[in-house]
Amino acid sequence: MSSITLNKVTKRYGSLVTVDALDLEIDQGEFLAFLGPSGCGKTTTLRMIAGLTIPDGGSIHFGNREVTDLPPYLRNAGLVFQGYALFPHMTVAENIAFGLEMRKVDKRDIEPRVTEALRLVRMDHLADRLPRQMSGGQQQRVALARAIVYRPDALLLDEPLSALDAKLRHEVRTELRALQKDLGLTTVFVTHDQDEAISVADRIVVMSNGRIEQIGTPDGIYERPANRFVAEFIGTSNFLSGSMDGKDRFKLASGEVIGFGHVGAGSEKSTISIRPEQIRLRAPSTKPRAGVSGNEIGATVESIIYRGNMTEIVVGAGAQRLTVHQQNGFGRGVPEFEPGQAVVLEWSPDAAVLL
Amino acid sequence: MTFLTRSGDKIFHIAIIGLAALAFLELIVPLASVIWVSFFENKIINFPPKGYTLDWYANAWNMPRFREGFLMSLKVGFVATMVSMLVGVPAAIFLARTQFWGREMIQTILLGPLIVPGIVAGSALFMFLIGFEVATGVQIAQTFAGLCLAHSLIALPWTIRLVTASLVGMDRQVEEAALTLGARPFTVFRRITLPAIRPGIFAGGLFAFVISFVDLEKSLFLVGPGSTTLPIAIINYLEWSIDPTIAAVATVQIAAITLVMVVTDRFFKLTRAF
Repeated sequence: MSSITLNKVTKRYGSLVTVDALDLEIDQGEFLAFLGPSGCGKTTTLRMIAGLTIPDGGSIHFGNREVTDLPPYLRNAGLVFQGYALFPHMTVAENIAFGLEMRKVDKRDIEPRVTEALRLVRMDHLADRLPRQMSGGQQQRVALARAIVYRPDALLLDEPLSALDAKLRHEVRTELRALQKDLGLTTVFVTHDQDEAISVADRIVVMSNGRIEQIGTPDGIYERPANRFVAEFIGTSNFLSGSMDGKDRFKLASGEVIGFGHVGAGSEKSTISIRPEQIRLRAPSTKPRAGVSGNEIGATVESIIYRGNMTEIVVGAGAQRLTVHQQNGFGRGVPEFEPGQAVVLEWSPDAAVLL
Repeated sequence: MTFLTRSGDKIFHIAIIGLAALAFLELIVPLASVIWVSFFENKIINFPPKGYTLDWYANAWNMPRFREGFLMSLKVGFVATMVSMLVGVPAAIFLARTQFWGREMIQTILLGPLIVPGIVAGSALFMFLIGFEVATGVQIAQTFAGLCLAHSLIALPWTIRLVTASLVGMDRQVEEAALTLGARPFTVFRRITLPAIRPGIFAGGLFAFVISFVDLEKSLFLVGPGSTTLPIAIINYLEWSIDPTIAAVATVQIAAITLVMVVTDRFFKLTRAF
């Protein structure tokens, strides 16, 4: 295992810049997710790390070893594809042994190592199967075993879960995370699914148009997005436009003045972002909660949608429309409010991010 | 209104089935009748059969021209198959995997044998070989080598197209996976690509053989004295007589091709190559 360093890595296709001078440091043993919409350059970046695509500029290092122009077979990276890409004419055991054979591992050592890798992904009972005789989830586990059996310097995962159904995806991603931590694998994971990225990664790199929008821990990115793109791509958010009123107050278009807890990195200081679940509703006659003073606005309930685990309440505040998520449970789920009712929205100062 | 529509649907449905049945009959009836006629006792081919016999098969085998023609066709077919595979497989890989100027043009030219009438291609090749002989003094036309060369040429486009089709249909990620696992490009080809395109290669070889085995027009120009192929022997015989011997010979020819197909199909499903 080693760290991975990307220095000004660039890839162009004709006049289109797919990856634009990307700088990134991935720590040894870290689980890093590339997250972004399709075409943002995340897969191209992964392919450049794997050696399947050669960058037009910049450098890539595995630890101290420069691999920028090294062909894939000399890099010692393990890649798992979205479509599994198992060798259709080889059994599960032969598929996994392939990487060891290529490394000229002694024949007597291959079998126990294959068995060990199969045991890690809980597939030891299917060693003699052919890929086509297995389900998608089983094939993906084999693909993972094949990529880790030779102890790669980097484990690279290209949307490895997106071909699986929802329940299996959940299961495999939990296993993947546990395995990654146990083995201390430096892992790069590409996904367009924010939920997936948040639940498995140590750090997330949010990309769009070949550039990094933000790098951070899952909670850092979710709670303190750097800009509107990140706030919108990861989860949903309410955006209130307005302008600065002094140094640390923000004046909404409606005239109300509120505070904010964080300032986004690329802030234009023209929008406040608040996550739907951070907002509480109360009737105007009740008292505000402690600690929220100065972070409240008046609104009118427009619609209430029951969504099972939570209730979604849409409110209008001046010309703006906001969404509030109220967790159900503990007897809640019965709406306390009705459409047309005047309410006060309140949130803790930390929940408002200036963008 | 509803009634009209539904009866219209029914007529359409029946018409489709009827046309399909007609097309199928058109394919199968001539073949079946040739096989049937080969067992007739009648001295000339006519209906109805007076009785049934296997004499015509014995008769055909006793005629050196058919026996030798059959063996000659087998030999030429075998050589043509080998040559078209040896040249065709690498050519297909190059065409499918390399981007270069003129690639599209070459692929179009490879369709040539489907467009150019066999008789034209045969005479062109014949004239070329005669010209070659005049210039160099080396005789190729009307030799066994010349015949094999011609058959290899007509079989080659089929081999290339079938192998190309299987390469294009293959999942490239499997090759990329092998590369990242540490396999060098040649190892990837030998261990991954080749097994994946094996059905295409088999089908290419099979087609090369069949195309060569049934070829008449191009061979007409190129066979030497005393070394005719089976289709030419059939044509020559038909000029003078029309007894069921010819049906027996044709039946053997059909059986030989069917056998090749069945044997190949045992190794892999032919339908997978198309």
